[in-house]
Amino acid sequence: MKNWQEFEAGAVLFPFEKQGQEELGKHNNERTYTTNSSFTASVANWRVEKPVHNKEVCINCFNCWVYCPDASILSREGKMSGIDYEHCKGCGVCVDVCPTNPKSLLMFDNLESEQEALAKWPQKAEGLKKKSYRTEGGYNGF
Amino acid sequence: MASSYHLNGVEAWDGCTASAHALRQAQVDVVAAYPITPSTPIIQNYGSFKDNGYIDGEFVLVESEHAAMSACVGAAAAGGRVSTATSSQGFALMVEVLYQASGMRLPIVLNVANRALASPLNIHCDHSDMYLGRDSGWISLCTCNPQEVYDFTLMAFKLAEHTGVRVPVMVHQDGFLSSHTVQNVRPLADHVAYKFVGDYVGVHPMLDFDKPVSYGAQAEEEWHFEHKAKLHHAIMESSAVLEEIFNDFAKLTGRQYNILETFNMEDAEVAIFALGTTWESAIVAAKKAREKGIKAGVVTTHLLRPFPFVALGEVFKKTKAVAIMDKSSPSGAMGALFNEVAASLYQVQGSRHPVLSNYIYGLGGRDLTQTDLDRIFEDLSQDAQKGALTHPTQQFIGLNGPELSYF
Ligand code: SF4
Ligand code: SF4
Repeated sequence: MKNWQEFEAGAVLFPFEKQGQEELGKHNNERTYTTNSSFTASVANWRVEKPVHNKEVCINCFNCWVYCPDASILSREGKMSGIDYEHCKGCGVCVDVCPTNPKSLLMFDNLESEQEALAKWPQKAEGLKKKSYRTEGGYNGF
Repeated sequence: MASSYHLNGVEAWDGCTASAHALRQAQVDVVAAYPITPSTPIIQNYGSFKDNGYIDGEFVLVESEHAAMSACVGAAAAGGRVSTATSSQGFALMVEVLYQASGMRLPIVLNVANRALASPLNIHCDHSDMYLGRDSGWISLCTCNPQEVYDFTLMAFKLAEHTGVRVPVMVHQDGFLSSHTVQNVRPLADHVAYKFVGDYVGVHPMLDFDKPVSYGAQAEEEWHFEHKAKLHHAIMESSAVLEEIFNDFAKLTGRQYNILETFNMEDAEVAIFALGTTWESAIVAAKKAREKGIKAGVVTTHLLRPFPFVALGEVFKKTKAVAIMDKSSPSGAMGALFNEVAASLYQVQGSRHPVLSNYIYGLGGRDLTQTDLDRIFEDLSQDAQKGALTHPTQQFIGLNGPELSYF
């Protein structure tokens, strides 16, 4: 543990040792973060339910990416590519705002495997009018 | 490029004009402000300087004082020289963010035109707002007249930004009594003033993209204590830096300031200790008291934080009776200055432990008259002769109605 003289004044943290510009040009999983950064430190240990992504249904609208309060929706090459489970708190906002029928994100028990979850995915609900996810909260699947 | 402003050798300025010119000359990068009486003319003058081409920096009008200080924190973390001004309720609204600024060690300069705190609503001077910021982790400089407001505002940037300090600084002036009282002020030419303040040196600016930095991290019981200790240490060490700055300033202007200013203290048996404009009023009274044979002196401090604990203990070591004046409601205690001066006197080696008394005065701008001050010197003279209190320890003076006193 550091003593009071060893801390940087102002309680500032530096995510990169050097060449910050260069690091910022890379995708975050390719960057070399210092331990000051919480990129590799899990801050999600208390999550009870997790969102699971089904790429077969997803239309890559990025509503979930916009609304996630923890920047835990991953994207690559213009496509939603999954969830960052080290930082996702399981709030379910992404599921709520997903507009597809059935939803492309659904909440499952934290211990359930992705495979099991995908096998349980609901079918498209027939006779459901296209409703705005904003006003109706979308279709909840279960 | 901002135009330089033609100034005369002697200008007739009030305290607000003096601080506005000092901010202009320091070439502040960002001023974010929400004007409030009596600090308003600082911002108003600054705004006209900006619109008339005398300022290159950004001037942000925000929706509250909380927002003003928040914008200052953001701009200072980004890496700019930053300043604002406020008073009273506005200061109170800033308080939460004052702690952010000091914790992040952002060298912001805040001019405070001191004013009472409501309720009842009051626009006039007392030191309630100054006292409210006492523990916020800022260095607090006190001034007694518009010349000092100008000089200390320039010096405040140098002190705050010093690489060994990096602590935000408040410059206090008495609302109306200094902020709106026109006096002769001897300013420096623009380029001389700027050269004295110097170019801003950034420490971990957020706009340095090669070294990205996070400000405002959380630190719980494992680390919070260490950061606060480090801040306290930096504040405590800053008085030595201020003394260097005083000396540099004296070389430039001939105006030599000291952390403690004393009047006739060499042989004083009784003394008044007070802040702000009361310093000059007390000098007038002390001169009269001397004519009556009372060996009277006066002491003020330019530094409320860090509190000049040792120096104050020394200056009153041989005094027989000291009146400590508090211009803020103590609300259930002795006045804050009384407590701090008493502690320094109790600790100092070889103290004769003078008789101490506490005068609460001038709340909400109530005039402190020369008659009041004469009476205090009379009280002190009695105390000194008897070697003990001849009246209660704490007295409210200038109050309508029956005497109010304690202990
Ligand atoms: S559950 Fe909440 S935190 Fe997790 S990805 Fe969805 S919106 Fe983000
Ligand atoms: S909101 Fe749903 S459909 Fe849109 S990108 Fe996210 S998961 Fe895919």
